[in-house]
Amino acid sequence: MITPQRRPRLAVHKFSSCDGCQLAFLNLGEPLLDLAERVDILHFAEAGPVDEAAEVDIAFIEGSVATSEDAARLRGIRERSHYVVTIGACATAGGLQALRNLNDGAAWIEGLYARPEHIDLLADSTPIAKTIKVDLELWGCPVNGEQVLGATQALLAGHLPRVDHSAVCTECKRQQTVCVMVARGTPCLGPVTSTGCGALCPQLQRDCYACYGPAVQANVSALTTYLADTGMPADEIARRLLFINNQAEPFQTAGREWQARVIQRSGGEETS
Amino acid sequence: MNDDKHTGRIHVPILARVEGEGALEVSIREGRLEDLKLRIFEPPRLFEKLLEGRSAQDVIDSVARICGICPVAYQMSAVAALEAILGITPSSWVARMRRVMYCGEWLQSHSLHIHLLAAPDFLGFDSAPAMATRHPDEVRRGLRLQGLGNAIIRTFGGRSVHPVGVCPGGFFRAPDASAMAALRARLEASRDESLALIDWVAGLPFPEDDQEFVSVSLRHERDYPITEGWIVSDRGLDIPIDDYEQHFREFQVPHSTALHALLDDRPYLVGPLARLNNNLDRLPAELRDRLEATGIRFPSRNMFHSIIARAVEMHLALNEALRLTEDYATTTAPHVEAVPRAGVGFGCTEAPRGILWHRYTLDARGLVESARIVPPTSQNQARMEEDLATALTRFGLERDDDALRLHGEMVIRNYDPCISCATHFLDFHALRG
Repeated sequence: MITPQRRPRLAVHKFSSCDGCQLAFLNLGEPLLDLAERVDILHFAEAGPVDEAAEVDIAFIEGSVATSEDAARLRGIRERSHYVVTIGACATAGGLQALRNLNDGAAWIEGLYARPEHIDLLADSTPIAKTIKVDLELWGCPVNGEQVLGATQALLAGHLPRVDHSAVCTECKRQQTVCVMVARGTPCLGPVTSTGCGALCPQLQRDCYACYGPAVQANVSALTTYLADTGMPADEIARRLLFINNQAEPFQTAGREWQARVIQRSGGEETS
Repeated sequence: MNDDKHTGRIHVPILARVEGEGALEVSIREGRLEDLKLRIFEPPRLFEKLLEGRSAQDVIDSVARICGICPVAYQMSAVAALEAILGITPSSWVARMRRVMYCGEWLQSHSLHIHLLAAPDFLGFDSAPAMATRHPDEVRRGLRLQGLGNAIIRTFGGRSVHPVGVCPGGFFRAPDASAMAALRARLEASRDESLALIDWVAGLPFPEDDQEFVSVSLRHERDYPITEGWIVSDRGLDIPIDDYEQHFREFQVPHSTALHALLDDRPYLVGPLARLNNNLDRLPAELRDRLEATGIRFPSRNMFHSIIARAVEMHLALNEALRLTEDYATTTAPHVEAVPRAGVGFGCTEAPRGILWHRYTLDARGLVESARIVPPTSQNQARMEEDLATALTRFGLERDDDALRLHGEMVIRNYDPCISCATHFLDFHALRG
């Protein structure tokens, strides 16, 4: 519980990840020092403090569940933390590495390691919320630093922030960014992807590749039907949906449906 | 040895201030080092497999996710390998701007390492915020330089972690003139700060710890190597990047999910110190003079001097970014179109932590058939263990556990190991002999 009697306590925990979302803190610059003056950061291995067993007000979690020991570790974190906040695509949706869930993960390990018996790796990479209750999920690969700082301040003030999950398209309109799909014919996942990034890709005149996960009420079937009608092969549609946030719905179901169409076709009747 | 024959085990269960998850285990019996293991238990993410069947652009967007601290390095090694297959020679504008973007990553990653990870050890603090209470100006200068590196990356890629601007053939969009002018003004204003940083870092108290090791880096005909070159060592190795696999071998050890690597069956060093040792003559003359004025001699055999190499490379990166954008003109053609084709290609660039080698095979549709990625930290693992054994023995195994633990951690941090990187790709190679 956050009480006025003592300084708030934070922890940043790492699971299977690239460390990029922890940089939301380490890249803050001056605000990092301000934060460190206002709160006690008890566990943040990459920044120095190591005390995984500490009781904290807010535990930030980067990374997905990937090894046989992760579930027990997570339950301990849940017990000792008032708020649990996932930061980024790995913690919130299993991450890019969850592509192994859709394939033969054991064969992948055997393909890469001479002695797979020394490798402790679960067949599936899963989001944190599959193992413990999560109070707030911040999406994105990587998570947006300002969003993390804003959420931290809201939680320290005692309330859960609202996160905008409207589509990237709405962000482009707000910024008056020219639509890459309309103006250039570039297939874009912006209509079904949550904003949060600031619509970076369309600003750079490229397609959104859905690294912030699904938007609210994402109409994936309308978009993918349009992509197919304008000439995109089924396997490419499947690949686009099954990418950074491949475990997130409705991307996963729709992606697997498009994959199944490819398999059916290569099964023999039609090729076009 | 003295009479007080020390026996015991030191176990550092979570290494702090490194990227990723590792641990150090040391066994001492009767005053002698019996066993030492740098355990890496970061779970692998099997990138080389998940790239199979993906397009060239997917590769560029995926490999960034191997490392949040050096995504540009991954994108640049990948795009070089892919362009070799696709038969694309980037324009000189693209080649220069890629080098500028890469300079941003050196600046960001090196400053993060110096200020947030390494310097607290030298000055007796356990974190940068703690160090900032006594050295506020130095820490703030470091954070500013780190922020400047991030600003360079953002200028080309929209964001500094997993930037989105790189494509086969160049960039999706060229920064406009006003964005570049604003960036250049910030760089100009920080020139003196990166020079002052070199002097500050050179004044840190360094342990005397010269060791024998082989320095491996890229080499370029004119420039300090960043985005291109061939592979050299200070023992005479001189090979094109395509021949890497004929000289270097990777193998699995039970205590690490990252492969170890050897050159001619010996450990070797990659990273800033190896790079500087091999490329002193590629520094601008004024920077070489400044380095000499510190009184610390290079090439250096003391791994603790790698923090100086990082500071030197930060100043070099800042100046390179300014030099290469001096007459900046934006372009409406920042990339050439890539046409899918089959083949094998190699890419090798100097990531902040050392050479990062990629090999891809593409099919006729331009989709990946196989991928191999050799990150710097896995190359340094064998050298790190060798260094730890020597350094801890010299330091004095009779010292108490806390002192040995701290010294061991400092030795490890000299390599700025990126454990997240090292654990994500492991190509299977049988252990010979």
